[in-house]
Amino acid sequence: MIRVCPLSALPPGEALRVDAEPPIAVFHTEDGEVFAVDDTCTHQDASLADGWLEGCEVECPLHASKFDLRTGAVDAPPAKRPIRTHAVHIEDDHICVELSDAEPNLPPGVTFGVSS
Amino acid sequence: MRTITIVGASLAGLYAAQALRTQGFDGQVVVVGDERHRPYDRPPLSKEFLAGKIDADVLALESADDDDLEARWLLGSPAVSLSPAAREVILANGTRVGSDGVILATGARARALPGSAGLAGVHSLRTLEDAVALRAELQPGARLVVIGAGFIGGEVAATANALGLEVTVVEAMASPLAGPLGVEMGAVVSGLHTAHGVALRCGVGVRGLVGAERVEAVELADGTVLPADVVVVGIGAIPNVEWLIRSGVALGNGVECDHQGRTSVPTVMAVGDCAAWYDQRLGRSHRVEHWTGAMERPAIAVAALLGGDNPRQAAVPYFWSDQYDVRIQFAGHAAEADSVTVEDGTAEGRDLLAVYRRGEIPVGVLGMNQPRLFGRWRRRLNAAVPV
Repeated sequence: MIRVCPLSALPPGEALRVDAEPPIAVFHTEDGEVFAVDDTCTHQDASLADGWLEGCEVECPLHASKFDLRTGAVDAPPAKRPIRTHAVHIEDDHICVELSDAEPNLPPGVTFGVSS
Repeated sequence: MRTITIVGASLAGLYAAQALRTQGFDGQVVVVGDERHRPYDRPPLSKEFLAGKIDADVLALESADDDDLEARWLLGSPAVSLSPAAREVILANGTRVGSDGVILATGARARALPGSAGLAGVHSLRTLEDAVALRAELQPGARLVVIGAGFIGGEVAATANALGLEVTVVEAMASPLAGPLGVEMGAVVSGLHTAHGVALRCGVGVRGLVGAERVEAVELADGTVLPADVVVVGIGAIPNVEWLIRSGVALGNGVECDHQGRTSVPTVMAVGDCAAWYDQRLGRSHRVEHWTGAMERPAIAVAALLGGDNPRQAAVPYFWSDQYDVRIQFAGHAAEADSVTVEDGTAEGRDLLAVYRRGEIPVGVLGMNQPRLFGRWRRRLNAAVPV
């Protein structure tokens, strides 16, 4: 479990990147929900925390692939594989992320210390 | 329409096929390609693939879902003529494909340097084969001269620099990237070369290549001789439209199209690098050679071909380039601007965000390692510019 930050430190509509292997992105939607997914787009090395958040969807800042933050599904190309999602708990007003033990879908040529 | 033929089997051709299916076309889709490969992605050819970080198998553009395309693939032979009257596309191998609609997606090819044909060690970079051949020659310590400081040249120089080659970039214009980025920002971005120890020679043309069977040097117009073990020529691209000369399809700098990809011949559309779409923002047609245009525009052209009410227009042109440790992103039209202002970051900090304006109106935005801010500006450009 990663204790990320107080909920109040991440306003609705904002996102932040958390250094992990691989890095994860935490999103606070305008509707007040919090989601965590792998930060790296599955198509090419780009940080989804820098992307465009709209509803429960994030658009990659490089090539506009879209991912559903609830399921990780790809909603728009060029990405072909889903993004890995992580469970989020709010504990004493802190955002806590429970890392998935599924294999990450990293883009070709990208590794983060661990081999994928 | 029962059969639609797509001529060209790269990014724009594949996305046209996908758009036909997602927009409900259930007839036969034929895809013609001159290369023998299934569609593959080209941007990594000058970067990760050239650096040896990824292999060819991950370049495939199709996903498992693309089995649903049920397209008929005719690969390995180029189209040589189009007869709208007979509604036929004719291939070099003699195959004749009858169609009710045709989507032209034949792309562009690298412009060659005169006098370089047949000389070993001289490369251009457009196809997978080009990249494989070049990769084999990028050995540490070798002397590489890159002719042309555009994006291909810049990316190859950066990749080769990281591989340990001694790199010189030669650019005929006074400032590199002056076309796409304007003189001022072109100079800023090309400053990455010198900062990484890559020599940059601007404002001097190439007189010729020296060498009998293999290149030995590049001779510049001012008499300078640059010894070279390998030369890469990156001096632009020529649209593959000669095969259409007698087709009745209007040609200019590429296939002349309206703002949704319609050519001068009914039921013939054009997309990707070969197509010069009319740009309502600019009031003229122009070719957009960028990857994103080849990905986004086929859906607009397909909607127009299938005859639906289609209010969509193309987004402002967008491209990116990864050079050294910097991600460069640009959207809009630098040539339309009369001013450019750095709004955030600095060139030295490699985190610059610059906005191009015509009068008060933003017409372009450049980012260096500024993806979040850049994305917001790109949206503003797309939303704000009236048609």
